[in-house]
Amino acid sequence: MFQLDGNPIAFSKGDSILQAAHKAGYYIPHLCFHPDFKAHGSCRLCVVDVKGKTVSACTQPAEDKLEVYSDTAELRQSRLRLIQLLFAEGNHYCPSCEVSGNCQLQALAYDLGMTHYHYDPFSPLRQQDGSHSQLFIDQDRCIQCDLCGRASQEQDLKSVYLLAGRGQDTHLAFRSHNGQLGSTNASMDDRAAHICPVGCILPKAGNYPDIAGERLYDKIPIHTQGNHRRDEGGQDEP
Amino acid sequence: MNHSVPARKVRVATCSLAGCFGCHMSFLDMDEAIVPLIETIEFDRSPLTDIKTVSQCDIGLVEGGLCNEENREVLHQFRQHCTYLVAVGACAINGGVPAMRNHFSLQECLEESYLNGIGVVDAQIPSDPELPALLPKVTPLQTEVKIDFFLPGCPPPAAAFLELIQAVLENREPQLNYTIRRFD
Repeated sequence: MFQLDGNPIAFSKGDSILQAAHKAGYYIPHLCFHPDFKAHGSCRLCVVDVKGKTVSACTQPAEDKLEVYSDTAELRQSRLRLIQLLFAEGNHYCPSCEVSGNCQLQALAYDLGMTHYHYDPFSPLRQQDGSHSQLFIDQDRCIQCDLCGRASQEQDLKSVYLLAGRGQDTHLAFRSHNGQLGSTNASMDDRAAHICPVGCILPKAGNYPDIAGERLYDKIPIHTQGNHRRDEGGQDEP
Repeated sequence: MNHSVPARKVRVATCSLAGCFGCHMSFLDMDEAIVPLIETIEFDRSPLTDIKTVSQCDIGLVEGGLCNEENREVLHQFRQHCTYLVAVGACAINGGVPAMRNHFSLQECLEESYLNGIGVVDAQIPSDPELPALLPKVTPLQTEVKIDFFLPGCPPPAAAFLELIQAVLENREPQLNYTIRRFD
């Protein structure tokens, strides 16, 4: 057992703090973590305080008698700033985005009380990719969580999607001779095509299926229903 | 209904910069809730009054981002004259849809619109000195002046405007609850 904000949490050997907390029904904000794939530890939204240090709960192993703090004013502020950095770093225009209302980045921003970016927008120029017959890639919305890369490698066994480059040049890339998604063996049936927490990897057809007000996060905050996609509910228990 | 009437009406100025007036429409879309506002607020410069210059105000509601020199000038006038300057809507907060032109150079945008666009007749790029010079990029308000409050949304719901005005009347920060804190 360990303590999360004073609540006793049971865990199995090998569980991270985040996995154990979610199994016990406590939500810790996250974007790059998914229970089906190896932890990435990159979005930092799951930061918690352990023994005076701030660590990512998705990569920190649960240990007996640990005192873990997640719901503190300081960490809520850190998470708000992290979300604002993610918004400022890309080109996130919610009003014209197909996944608005079903987007985990937006849902966390709502939940953390974000009203504006705080930082000046970086306005990067990113290459779009419409070369695939059924999938469209909008790099402007990519948050570099590598969930598509992990799904492609660990479940689809294709390694189509990957992160390439360093620092501010880091970007989503596709393993093909010309670097285009259309030249890979990516398929709509791949898990990787249905894992993006934002609106970067999109089907070309069938978007805007829900009217505003009836989308995933229109009424119920992400901390009560967890991280979901419309086409992939129930994977991630809060 | 019994409304508490403030000693002095709250003076409100509004303007739309690189916006579509959708936020103004949403402000007016509050049904009967607009009636008691007559007792608590009065308008200064606004498309609703057609007053052209801004004088000292309690609240400045600015819709839209900055796309030309006139937008910058108006924004600075609002900042000078308004106690609380409010960025209203997605475009004021992050540039919004007009900022999608930032993917291209200004020259490319002008050529696409006025020279190479479908159906263009007598192609020429407008150069009348009366026209405000376009800025190379569309930027949000906070890159130019200090903003006191933000009303997100495209447009922000009428309830968010009401909460803002109520908060100023009660001398507190506006609290946008989950259902009225929208980005779309």
